[in-house]
Amino acid sequence: MSDSARDKAVHRAVAHDSAAKHVQGTAMYVDDIPEPRNLLHAYFGTSTVAHGRIKRLDLDRVRAAEGVKAVITSADIRGQDDISPVHAADEGVFANDHVQFYGQPLFAVAASSRDLARRAVRLAGIEYEPEPAIVDIDAALDAGLFVSEAHVMSRGDAEDAICNSPASVEGVLRTGGQDHFYLEGQVSMVIPVEDGDLQVYTSSQHPSEVQQTIARVLDKPANAVTVEVRRMGGAFGGKETQAAQWAVIAALLAEQTGRPVKLRLDRDDDMQSTGKRHDFIIRYQAGFDDQGRINGIRFFHAARCGMSSDLSAPIADRAMFHADNAYYLPAAHIESHRCKTHTVSNTAFRGFGGPQGMMGIERVIDEIAQHLGTDPWQVRRANFYAEAPRNITPYFMEVQDSVLDELCSQLADESGYTARRTDVMAFNESNEIHKRGIALTPVKFGISFTTTFLNQAGALVHVYKDGSIHLNHGGTEMGQGLMTKVAQVVADEFGVPLAQVKITATTTAKVPNTTATAASAGSDMNGMAARAACRTIRERITDFLVDEQDVSRSDIHFEQGMVRYGPQSEAFAAIIERVWMARISLSATGFYKTPKIHYDREQARGRPFFYFAYGAAVSEVEIDTLTGENRILRVDILHDTGQSLNPAVDMGQIEGGFVQGAGWLTSEELWWDEKGQLRTHAPSTYKIPTCGDVPEEFHARIWQQGCNREETIHKSKAVGEPPLMLAISVFSALGQAVVAAGGDLSSLDAPATPERILNAIAAGRRD
Amino acid sequence: MRSKVRFHLNGELHEVQHCPPTLTVLDYLRNECRLTGSKEGCAEGDCGACTLIVAEAGSTGTEYLAMNSCILFLAAIDGKSLISVDGLALGDGALHPVQAAMVEQHGSQCGFCTPGFVMSLAAMYQDHDQQPYSRENLNLNLAGNLCRCTGYAPIVRAAEQSLVSRDSTLVKELDQRVTTELEFLESDPPLSVEGTNGRVFAPRTLAQLLELRKNHPLATLVAGATDVGLWVNKDLQTFDTVIHTGAVAELLEISKENELIKIGAAVRLRDALPELIRHYPSMRDMLERFGGAQVRNAGTIGGNIANGSPIGDMPPALIALGARLELHSLESRREIVLEDFFIDYGRQDLKPDEVVSAVLLPIHDDGQFACYKISKRPEQDISALCAGIFMRLDRDAIEEARICFGGMAGTPSRAGQCEKALTGKPWRRDTFESAMQALKEDFTPISDMRASAAYRMRVARNLLLRFFIEHDVPERRMQETSSVR
Ligand SMILES: Cc1cc2nc3c(=O)[nH]c(=O)nc-3n(C[C@H](O)[C@H](O)[C@H](O)COP(=O)(O)OP(=O)(O)OC[C@H]3O[C@@H](n4cnc5c(N)ncnc54)[C@H](O)[C@@H]3O)c2cc1C
Ligand code: FES
Ligand code: FES
Repeated sequence: MSDSARDKAVHRAVAHDSAAKHVQGTAMYVDDIPEPRNLLHAYFGTSTVAHGRIKRLDLDRVRAAEGVKAVITSADIRGQDDISPVHAADEGVFANDHVQFYGQPLFAVAASSRDLARRAVRLAGIEYEPEPAIVDIDAALDAGLFVSEAHVMSRGDAEDAICNSPASVEGVLRTGGQDHFYLEGQVSMVIPVEDGDLQVYTSSQHPSEVQQTIARVLDKPANAVTVEVRRMGGAFGGKETQAAQWAVIAALLAEQTGRPVKLRLDRDDDMQSTGKRHDFIIRYQAGFDDQGRINGIRFFHAARCGMSSDLSAPIADRAMFHADNAYYLPAAHIESHRCKTHTVSNTAFRGFGGPQGMMGIERVIDEIAQHLGTDPWQVRRANFYAEAPRNITPYFMEVQDSVLDELCSQLADESGYTARRTDVMAFNESNEIHKRGIALTPVKFGISFTTTFLNQAGALVHVYKDGSIHLNHGGTEMGQGLMTKVAQVVADEFGVPLAQVKITATTTAKVPNTTATAASAGSDMNGMAARAACRTIRERITDFLVDEQDVSRSDIHFEQGMVRYGPQSEAFAAIIERVWMARISLSATGFYKTPKIHYDREQARGRPFFYFAYGAAVSEVEIDTLTGENRILRVDILHDTGQSLNPAVDMGQIEGGFVQGAGWLTSEELWWDEKGQLRTHAPSTYKIPTCGDVPEEFHARIWQQGCNREETIHKSKAVGEPPLMLAISVFSALGQAVVAAGGDLSSLDAPATPERILNAIAAGRRD
Repeated sequence: MRSKVRFHLNGELHEVQHCPPTLTVLDYLRNECRLTGSKEGCAEGDCGACTLIVAEAGSTGTEYLAMNSCILFLAAIDGKSLISVDGLALGDGALHPVQAAMVEQHGSQCGFCTPGFVMSLAAMYQDHDQQPYSRENLNLNLAGNLCRCTGYAPIVRAAEQSLVSRDSTLVKELDQRVTTELEFLESDPPLSVEGTNGRVFAPRTLAQLLELRKNHPLATLVAGATDVGLWVNKDLQTFDTVIHTGAVAELLEISKENELIKIGAAVRLRDALPELIRHYPSMRDMLERFGGAQVRNAGTIGGNIANGSPIGDMPPALIALGARLELHSLESRREIVLEDFFIDYGRQDLKPDEVVSAVLLPIHDDGQFACYKISKRPEQDISALCAGIFMRLDRDAIEEARICFGGMAGTPSRAGQCEKALTGKPWRRDTFESAMQALKEDFTPISDMRASAAYRMRVARNLLLRFFIEHDVPERRMQETSSVR
């Protein structure tokens, strides 16, 4: 590595910018901001039926309760009572008279303390006229209830291809939902300022949407609402659209009382009243040859969307876009249904439908392998995207950048997959009660918002007279290290130490009209936008030096805190001072839009993704056939991050994403009772992985050969979502273990709780 | 008598007049002291984001216990020393070794869980037994800390980095300071708050406790508050009068006489664990998976029984072993067999003026015993069902079978028909198979979010089978290498 490469701010494992604050408890989250003196605390009352009309909503006792200063219902909304992120007008701030899920907000109060507010909302007298509740996908399909139109993606004649294949498999797989369980629940604080304007502090991935939603509901122009987000205590998609409602409620109450209002949800209410990952029913039918190569495939997706559309359409679309995962499907027919249910509206969650889509095809591959009696990894490999013509996706995009053959082979070698598979079989021979399984599964994940216009980002960079730099962009920090990565890009552009770049809170006042920090595209887009801003300023400095020193542009270099021109070298700050005195602007905005992408949804055809991110994992598991209890014994991961901007941050996404995915597929189960109430609304009943669920043998590595073929920021690749899907290897391995126990592979649904594992074993033994 | 709650927080003496009976330490820190380092992730003792260290005098020196401040009432820390994340960094502003390791190993992402992890690790760092680092021990200590971002791997690396070799000077310095603080408050008279916000008592002797119990029949007894804390935070229950049992000397004793272990009702799970597993090693798995460290550091044996829960983990094991319960009122003392305490769902044999004072557990040196805890997630999860199985053999016949299940009925219940199908029968697989069938006459379990009725029944049967397999004669005993446990 050359000296200058070593000093580069990018491609280095620098610590998260807030790490030292995190460990001391000094990193401020919304609830930690010193409270204004006259702050009121809001809380909301919710429905206790899943579906019905409100016959009576008596709030007299609520109004009279100790400490209560204001009570609002939908009748108090002056603007548009519409919080739908896609303007579907199918979701108000509060249920009007029509309740559509158990836990739906009906009204809210502001009181002098949070405790009093929480007590007050329990005093409401509510009577309902219950109506039949459609809670799950099957019921919605039967009733023909949908939030939006079905969608079809089709290439070739799948039906025909299946019929003409020597063998075929078919079945149904159910994948469960998932609560985000961000450790910091939803929270917003709204402070009225001059002219009826509102200053909003919120925990949201999408400050612009919070701003616009408040403006719409309160009938204000957007310029009257400023939304600021310094950091979130986790989000994972759960604060993309669903942070807005709570900010709106606080804003309504702040406006009504003229006082600052904070609304922080209790964990149980958060889990009950905010949306989750969509659960899916996936029906499949696939025809294949004797090598296990798929000739044709049909998928039927049905997603539980909840009571409104929210982001369900693009989520269900992304499931379709990933129904192929890494495999070439010569003929494919994918149809997708977006079911309306009387449950909370489901929303974005890391992977955004992609994981569900992939689960379908990975199950198909496992079934084919079982049918042929071969190693599933060989079937996977036989189906990988390859050279033309085996490189066209069901949506007619050419896969030009697949690295999976190479990456997976390396992983198989390094993890000792083949030998360990033999060991697993030997273990299963000699053990009656405990059975093991091992699986290698790949991930190919499309990067870009599939709604093309969302692929834009802005940044604002100031250089102050002393050479210190202020960085702002539209991306938000939820723990993924975005701020650190973009600061690295900026430090690199100016050749200054990272510490010279000040990371500042995301605010709609500095960078407007931003897209949610989502789709893994945060550093790709904001890094580019920030770089553009830096380059504008650097160009001006360069112009100045060319002028002042009579040097040529190519002789000017920004590095190691200095600016070198010709033989001379000067401190960055010294030059900045002169640039300022020469009356040259040291502030610039930057903008980026992702190139090359286009998509015609009507035709289901185009290039929705700029590129693909790749990775693969090998997981080995053990089950107890008496109880269904299970453990992950070992995990090996190889993941392509391109030329990583920050290997430490990327490793964090890989390991963290994997474990979150493993939780989704094993212990995290959402359970509704017969009244349509979600009963797993607390960590006591909803079980995300703990430290003990992560095996000692957990070997994640970044693929050293990785390099993005496209012109992304420093040739890096997005890494936020893709690793979650590496955990499909755990599910697949559990399936292998179930088969080893005489169970039925196709009976194993997700999450593979001890109960489902035991059921799948029983199903096989019955046959 | 004393009306101010007194304790040290990060080296400073705090005195709280008119302490509200259910004010939690977390709310005190965040709202009263504006110390916002400790986070609220759940307010129900399950995520660990609010973890801090409660230091107290132990028999062999000062002990440093990680606890969940969200369900810890202020009066419960009377006389103790608290260390919160806000005060962990060293005097000169340098990071504590566990903090430094968390930074160096990239152990934080969103950072919201981080203060809790830091405090759990700091408690391990300061642990006076100085247990050697192992991943297994780490898992036990972190089971009560949830992280949604990192997948734990970097936290494990940080733990390893900081705990493998500890700076003994640092440990000693803190220990000296805290020990002095504890000594300073040692001779405080018992706490007795009768103020505008309600009454809080923390008696020191059984006699004082019984007197208070009699005078305040509506008072709520609080031991570790790992149940009561949730009623306050989630159901918004208010208590006018609270009596803490945590300082009552007799309730804190563990003694052994005549083949009987007597465990005081206020003995915490962590303190009962060594003695229990010395005699009944099979309890280890259940006890180590009972809550997380924070819950075991606060929750008591008495609380686990007195709450009357059908899914408490202790009762099935204790009932199978023939434990008795000691109940005291000012006027009388009585003993009942433990299963008789549980009358029905939500109803126990406890008079308004009585307290549970101890569990009396026979030490069997003949017989076979096993205890099983089945949950969706291995660590810190309430059981879907749990079982205690005890059998005594006479040659090849089953002389006595005591089988108790939790999670199968409204109370922890003996499996009478199943026991009958075993008693006097030969120790053989087919005997067990008919006993497994008999379970359906004993129980009609319910379906809920933890498991379906069918699963509960199937697994209850399989646990009997497991008992048979695990205790069969050596040449037939199942020898499996397993990593599930
Ligand atoms: C995160 C978490 C995990 C948990 N995991 C488990 C688990 O794995 N297994 C399990 O069984 N439980 C679990 N629990 C429940 C709880 O921790 C236990 O039931 C614990 O033993 C309760 O003891 P405590 O001292 O905290 O009781 P408290 O909450 O103080 O009291 C519980 C009840 O007992 C009464 N009481 C207490 N002492 C006496 C006495 N001496 N005489 C009469 N009445 C008395 C109280 O008035 C109250 O009604 C968990 C709880 C939490 C929060
Ligand atoms: S806040 Fe979750 S354990 Fe206390
Ligand atoms: S770092 Fe976000 S929850 Fe642990």
